[in-house]
Amino acid sequence: MSSKKTTVPFAGTKEQEEALMKVIAENKDEQGALMPVMQKAQDIYGYLPIEVQTMIADGMGIPLEKVYGVATFYSQFSLNPKGKYQISVCLGTACYVKGSGDIYNKLEELLGIKGGECTADGKFSLDACRCVGACGLAPVFLVNDEVYGRIGTDELPGILAKYN
Amino acid sequence: MYRSHVLVCGGTGCTSSGSQQIIDTFEAEIKKNGLEEEVSVVRTGCHGLCALGPIVLVYPEGSFYSMVKKEDVAEIVSEHLLKGRVVTRLLYQETVKEDEVIPLAETGFYKKQKRVALRNCGVINPEVIDEYIAVDGYQALGKVLTEMTPDDVIQTLLDAGLRGRGGAGFPTGMKWKLAKNLVPDADQKYVCCNADEGDPGAFMDRSVLEGDPHVVLEAMAIAGYAIGANQGYIYVRAEYPIAIERLRIAIGQAREYGLLGKNIFGTGFDFDIDLRLGAGAFVCGEETALMTSIEGKRGEPRPRPPFPAEKGLFKKPTVLNNVETYANIPQIILNGAEWFNSIGTEKSKGTKVFALGGKINNTGLVEVPMGTTLREVIEDIGGGIPNGKKFKAAQTGGPSGGCIPIEHFDIPIDYDNLLGIGSMMGSGGLIVMDEDNCMVDIAKFFLEFTVDESCGKCTPCRIGTKRLYEILDKITKGQGTLEDIDKMEELCYYIKANSLCGLGQTAPNPVLSTLRYFRDEYIAHVVDKKCPAGVCKGLVSFEIDPEKCKGCTMCARICPAGAISGNLKEAHVINKEKCLKCGACIEKCKFNAIVKK
Repeated sequence: MSSKKTTVPFAGTKEQEEALMKVIAENKDEQGALMPVMQKAQDIYGYLPIEVQTMIADGMGIPLEKVYGVATFYSQFSLNPKGKYQISVCLGTACYVKGSGDIYNKLEELLGIKGGECTADGKFSLDACRCVGACGLAPVFLVNDEVYGRIGTDELPGILAKYN
Repeated sequence: MYRSHVLVCGGTGCTSSGSQQIIDTFEAEIKKNGLEEEVSVVRTGCHGLCALGPIVLVYPEGSFYSMVKKEDVAEIVSEHLLKGRVVTRLLYQETVKEDEVIPLAETGFYKKQKRVALRNCGVINPEVIDEYIAVDGYQALGKVLTEMTPDDVIQTLLDAGLRGRGGAGFPTGMKWKLAKNLVPDADQKYVCCNADEGDPGAFMDRSVLEGDPHVVLEAMAIAGYAIGANQGYIYVRAEYPIAIERLRIAIGQAREYGLLGKNIFGTGFDFDIDLRLGAGAFVCGEETALMTSIEGKRGEPRPRPPFPAEKGLFKKPTVLNNVETYANIPQIILNGAEWFNSIGTEKSKGTKVFALGGKINNTGLVEVPMGTTLREVIEDIGGGIPNGKKFKAAQTGGPSGGCIPIEHFDIPIDYDNLLGIGSMMGSGGLIVMDEDNCMVDIAKFFLEFTVDESCGKCTPCRIGTKRLYEILDKITKGQGTLEDIDKMEELCYYIKANSLCGLGQTAPNPVLSTLRYFRDEYIAHVVDKKCPAGVCKGLVSFEIDPEKCKGCTMCARICPAGAISGNLKEAHVINKEKCLKCGACIEKCKFNAIVKK
């Protein structure tokens, strides 16, 4: 749950704004629609910078502070942009007892970033995630939607090289 | 009519190990051999044996192929499907006994299981409503609407003795009765389904949603009829994309068939269901937090009373049950309370699904009658611990539960027995730990989780768990004192007594249960400054046994810190100042000459 302000300048397009306005118009009157709208907004923009939150707040007639409150409460809402390749290491119990903590540390070391950050070239971002339910393959991590299971730390450089 | 059906598991475990590719290859190969009129490929839900995925079942023979690779598909098609010769080499080896193929139900993994909630998982195509209807789907809803009064339905559940499968084990019939009667003149009521399965290591709800989504819809409609609600919400984790997709398809099909919507079965009963996606907050699995989240707010829990049966979602009377609980209900209605009541123990009826994980051979999903012993689950069904290691503890109930040590290996598993030994049923995650796991480290792991997931609304949980974590961290670094242990224990009881919701009230359980059964490990950390399992890096040192070392130089070459020195064919030495304790040398040593102390 990060509340850091993004340092990357906001670069939303006209099309993205139109798509968001359409979503807001469709859901505005429904009870409890804020979260579904924010989820769709994140699909459109990839993250929820303060500019997007402001558009949602104005469009839905909900105070910005409420929107910001929801955005910072849930771990899936990101206030920072993500890398082209999003790496998520499962730190669920089954993976943890099989050594996913070492995988996570090794990736931090190899990428030179901490969890929750994005590399300077915008290529990789690293996050710990909750159980993805593939406990049979533990330890597991994902690069975007690609699942890597039963991985040892020595295999990591080779896997990263595939994306470079 | 097809003469053969190829069932490929499309659950998350098997999808992760590439089952979609297997399906594509099967379809291509079948076409190549001109069999598309005779053989049908079906993507099903989970069979439970996730460790052996991707899994392929071929009917009518019932051949169970495990760990199927893309390259194997051509052989299965040309040998089995074309020529009728089962490819024994690729079968799950437990089903092959002295050249004979035995039925799956007789293998160790399945023999002691009884499938009620998971009955259709892996059997039907979850994306086709007709397949669910063909296995008596929506018959229970029909029976309820045409032959039973709401009170009959509630009485049936009370007689059956069904208790909530989400963790706490509250009687489901009682919950419904309260929601029906507490506010007699309510203008609106709601039925909710808790599919925010957040306990790390638990994935039974996901399997039901992925493998048999209609059973949840049917049970929710039954609940709607029983309490007088016409709107339902399923709150499902966004981390479960396959489950969400199948629920969407299922809701669409049910509406099309008139099984959801207005005037169901022509009885004048209206009921519809909407999906709400979570956004990654563990606390939303708590009932009041879940409802706050559906309302579109920060998912913080609310004080109870008022209970949801009186003021729940949007301040209206609400029933909230977990996925597995719902999955039992149509069967209870069809087979009767007595049938369900005959399974299980005195106070815990029916079956329970467990997600086996950690240090166990058969990781996956198992469903057993309540009262099955831990030993049966781990040894007979789970196939024991890999690599000949010794069992240390089983963790149940996730971050709210505790560890069960070997002395309780023969305890029959039910709600009350688990509570009695300081753990809890929880949602059914069962993580096995062996001698290589440090119990202090495990307690720290769970506290790190709760610190991260505490919503921050109440102080005992927000600050208390953080302090607990800090003390545990100190102990694992070898800086703890005996006083710290006492202080920690006191703090645990304080947090339990004063937290607002279930998350805080149960957060200290991993600490308390490890203190209860593995106090000696804590003492070893603070007094002897040793980690007996060799996990806590601050307390471990690596040494080479000169007797066993053959001087192969492998360890010296792999060491990232250059901490190992020695000549070829002579015993090597580790420089403790330089050693990073990464363990790379242990993995590479073929002679087991390197030991952690």
